[in-house]
Amino acid sequence: MRLNYILSDLGIGLKRNLSMTIAVVVTIWVSLALFGSALLANEQVGLMKGNWYGKIQISVFMCTKDTGGRGCSGAEVTQDQKNRIRQVIESNPDTAPDGVFGESKKDAFAQFQKLYKDSPIASTVTVDQMQESFRVKLRDPKQYQNLVSAVAGLPGVDNVQDLRQYLDPLFKALEGVQVGAYISAGLLLIAALMQISNTIRLAAYARRREIGIMRLVGASNFYIQLPFLLEAILAALIGAVLACGTLWLGVYFVVMRRAQETFKVWQWVGATETFRATLIMVVVGLVLAVIPTFLTTRKYLKV
Amino acid sequence: MIRFENVSKTYEGQTKAALLNVNVEIEKGEFVFLVGTSGSGKSTFLRLVLREHRTSKGHIMVAGKDLNRLASWRIPQMRRQIGTVFQDFRLLPNKTVAENVAFALQVIGKPRSHIRKTVPEVLELVGLEGKQDRLPDELSGGEQQRVAIARAFVNRPMILIADEPTGNLDPATSEGIMKLLDRINRTGTTVVMATHDVSIVNQMRKRVIELENGHVVRDESRGVYGYQH
Repeated sequence: MRLNYILSDLGIGLKRNLSMTIAVVVTIWVSLALFGSALLANEQVGLMKGNWYGKIQISVFMCTKDTGGRGCSGAEVTQDQKNRIRQVIESNPDTAPDGVFGESKKDAFAQFQKLYKDSPIASTVTVDQMQESFRVKLRDPKQYQNLVSAVAGLPGVDNVQDLRQYLDPLFKALEGVQVGAYISAGLLLIAALMQISNTIRLAAYARRREIGIMRLVGASNFYIQLPFLLEAILAALIGAVLACGTLWLGVYFVVMRRAQETFKVWQWVGATETFRATLIMVVVGLVLAVIPTFLTTRKYLKV
Repeated sequence: MIRFENVSKTYEGQTKAALLNVNVEIEKGEFVFLVGTSGSGKSTFLRLVLREHRTSKGHIMVAGKDLNRLASWRIPQMRRQIGTVFQDFRLLPNKTVAENVAFALQVIGKPRSHIRKTVPEVLELVGLEGKQDRLPDELSGGEQQRVAIARAFVNRPMILIADEPTGNLDPATSEGIMKLLDRINRTGTTVVMATHDVSIVNQMRKRVIELENGHVVRDESRGVYGYQH
């Protein structure tokens, strides 16, 4: 009976505020969808970082007659120097076990010919002009500075190349985009919050007679708040479901159907990450509905 | 049933006290008129009993409970023992007579079977049998006030508070309402009624408490409205 009464009340409330309820639903829908996209973008950047950084190696190029690096003296690197460099690299704690691979001039030449096989410069270089190098895998791709500074400047080292210096700006840019997405999602969520509290205020105002009588005859505060709570939760749930659907469609069409096909080498966010994001979205949506409702109706219940 | 002990009330932002050092004891089953000019403190008195406001000083005991010590979540429970009637009836215009009365029971979670049984009983008591399906707009003022009384009384409260219940009614209708309140009082319900209506007070010959500028200036057990000279 009580539930019956509350449900019929809920129906009346929703009908009375239909346009406001729709506005709330749409706001929650859009803001949560954006928020979910930001969550997924976050996951994607994480995946890409793992992917790229995992492949990162540091290249330690050694001197030839023509190189002018800090450790070079206009002569070829000697075997002693090479041994010393290898020892420094191998003993560094950041180097992965068995992570050192020496590339000879011949290997470098073969690689060069392969890379530039259609280019005229391929025929102009000789084996002798190639640089010997050590390719070093890191234990933790993020910890590279220590190794780079240990090796750079050693006698016989021309220069040390680290791919991170090329990747970092890329990831910085991606992170900037992410922050932007979070900020705009946050602003929209705040707008949704205010809109819900406004809607509840209007609904409470429309029902002030009923509320007044309920308080007078001793209805419990929870009983008075319940219709408003249900109204807000229902709107939030509808908005959240729409947002989740939007996110799934986006992931399906943009990531699964397009990106994954085009860039097969990269790892892409999939069902697991999307599911996790939708769960967070639903929770955020509910919190978004419940908190302003409680706060707004409390004002009307205070006596 | 209701006891005011040195009660003072000053509303926030005001310097003048709405009630000042009021000491009043109202026994169970009493019928009390609260008289005085507008602004004398009658409404404040009633609001304090309903715990719509807290006292600034002093204590109010209602049904043995100190309202100042009552946790706010227990106030609804306390109000279920007090029925309230106003000058402006405060009925819900989109509900029928029976629904208006039933509403008071629904919102405190009474079972449907109880409501189905009690509502016709109380409508009969207030003299509205056969009108249960009317909307408030279709009723006369006196009938609307009867609905409001039915709603206030349907949960069989220990106390009935009436704030100028005849203020909008003509004398003949008012008399009917007073007879009804008297009947309710005879069931053992304590009735506290604030009024301006001289003839009613003089006719009923009940206890009269007069307030003036927040003070109790008169408390007579079988009083009339104004001083007798």
